[in-house]
Amino acid sequence: MTAFFTAKVALVTGAGSGIGRATALAFAAAGARVSAADIAIEAAEETAALITHSGGTCLPMYADISDAEQAAASVAKTVAAFGRLDIAFNNAGISGGRPGQDDFDEIRYDRVMAINAKGVWLGMKYQIPEMLRGGGGAIVNMASIAGLTGVGALAYTASKHAVIGMTKAAAVRYAGESIRINAICPGAVDTPMFARATAGTASPPAGTTGPLAAPADIATAVLFLCSAEARFITGHPLVVDGGILAG
Amino acid sequence: MFNLAGRVAIVTGGNRGIGLAIAEGLAKAGAAIVIAARDKAAGQEAAASLGASAMFIETDVTNPESCYAMVRGTEDRFGRLDILVNNAGIMRFGRAEETALADWQAVLDINLTGAFLCAQAAYPAMRRQKAGKIINISSLAAIFGTAAGAAYASSKGGLVQLTRSLAVSWGPDNIQVNAILPGYIESDLTRRAEVERPGAFDAKRARTPACRIGLPEDIAGAAIFLASDASSFITGTSLTVDGGYAIQL
Repeated sequence: MTAFFTAKVALVTGAGSGIGRATALAFAAAGARVSAADIAIEAAEETAALITHSGGTCLPMYADISDAEQAAASVAKTVAAFGRLDIAFNNAGISGGRPGQDDFDEIRYDRVMAINAKGVWLGMKYQIPEMLRGGGGAIVNMASIAGLTGVGALAYTASKHAVIGMTKAAAVRYAGESIRINAICPGAVDTPMFARATAGTASPPAGTTGPLAAPADIATAVLFLCSAEARFITGHPLVVDGGILAG
Repeated sequence: MFNLAGRVAIVTGGNRGIGLAIAEGLAKAGAAIVIAARDKAAGQEAAASLGASAMFIETDVTNPESCYAMVRGTEDRFGRLDILVNNAGIMRFGRAEETALADWQAVLDINLTGAFLCAQAAYPAMRRQKAGKIINISSLAAIFGTAAGAAYASSKGGLVQLTRSLAVSWGPDNIQVNAILPGYIESDLTRRAEVERPGAFDAKRARTPACRIGLPEDIAGAAIFLASDASSFITGTSLTVDGGYAIQL
């Protein structure tokens, strides 16, 4: 597994916890040098410490990926430190509350769309030129099964549909230039975000009642999509949900 | 990450094309391989090319007895069965109004019923082991209509629904069932079709965002992933491996 990403450089946003941290660790364990961006810098530093402790290389950084300058800076800092960018996992996101609650709260809508949708868009905007310079790359954008169905808080569901749409549009545009762009669609995953979103509910909200994945279950799928084994896969929203959508 | 050491895989139609590339990929990842196919000479040759941990079992996937014998033969030789790749398939062209019932039936029998029968035969072993991976090789024809291939498209669409149903049904047994939808792949099947109806390669290449036709080896990586523990939370899904063809008009 170590050989999979040797000499590769991966940028992971939202790398301070949950799926982002698990994926940053997995990339590092597979040989990549990793940039760990998070709005919680202490959490990103913790991820970096975990990686360094296991003999890997990781650059932690603060980034609010809904801000264009900071999204650009996350790419620039990565390239300054490691000389290139081969892989990006645009993972940072927020849940936007519970389904049915504050569905038409404008502030909430703007905030969820700014982070979950525009944050991914900004990520690709600055990552793609760097990958073109390096001769190609692979991007995975964090969607959700809420990007394929009507479950989840309204703004969250809208933002995840947007992520899948922009993933496909960008995939079509850059497939001929050796950049593959895919999305990942987890069901319920055992993360701090999921715990916060479901805390205090008598019964779990719709769409969160299936089996609970571990963050590592999602990380392996992200690594696959970024690996040479997936070289002919692009524009695909890969569902990792324990079979919820199938039934 | 994608280590299959100690695992045993059956690949139906594994004697050529996508099936052989998958068999080679799984073998390289460490799995022992059973090539299950009708063509004895090609099957034995394919198994021999994979080395000592591979064997050929002559199999007719449309015959339930033959499918059970395939699984028995696998367990007799390797002691277990972890992975079943339902890849055997045929293509027959013809406009719907001119398609003979025998042609329709032959395509459905091999492509769809064959996968069902092999899965049925594999289930007892996988349930006993409390683990299993079934990978159905469907097609983009499961998503798009095909003017000259209603039977093929119907069989491949059926395979996606079979995938979902088996995933739901056998999930509690820790058996993951997924489909791979290859785009247009340069294989024996499509090279023969190109002779019968020239122009498909150019047309498909022009429509593929990645600007190329797929190769059988392109499919192997997805099969390795879906056969490995790395995909243990993925079931009932359809993975397109098509250079972006499905998202382009």
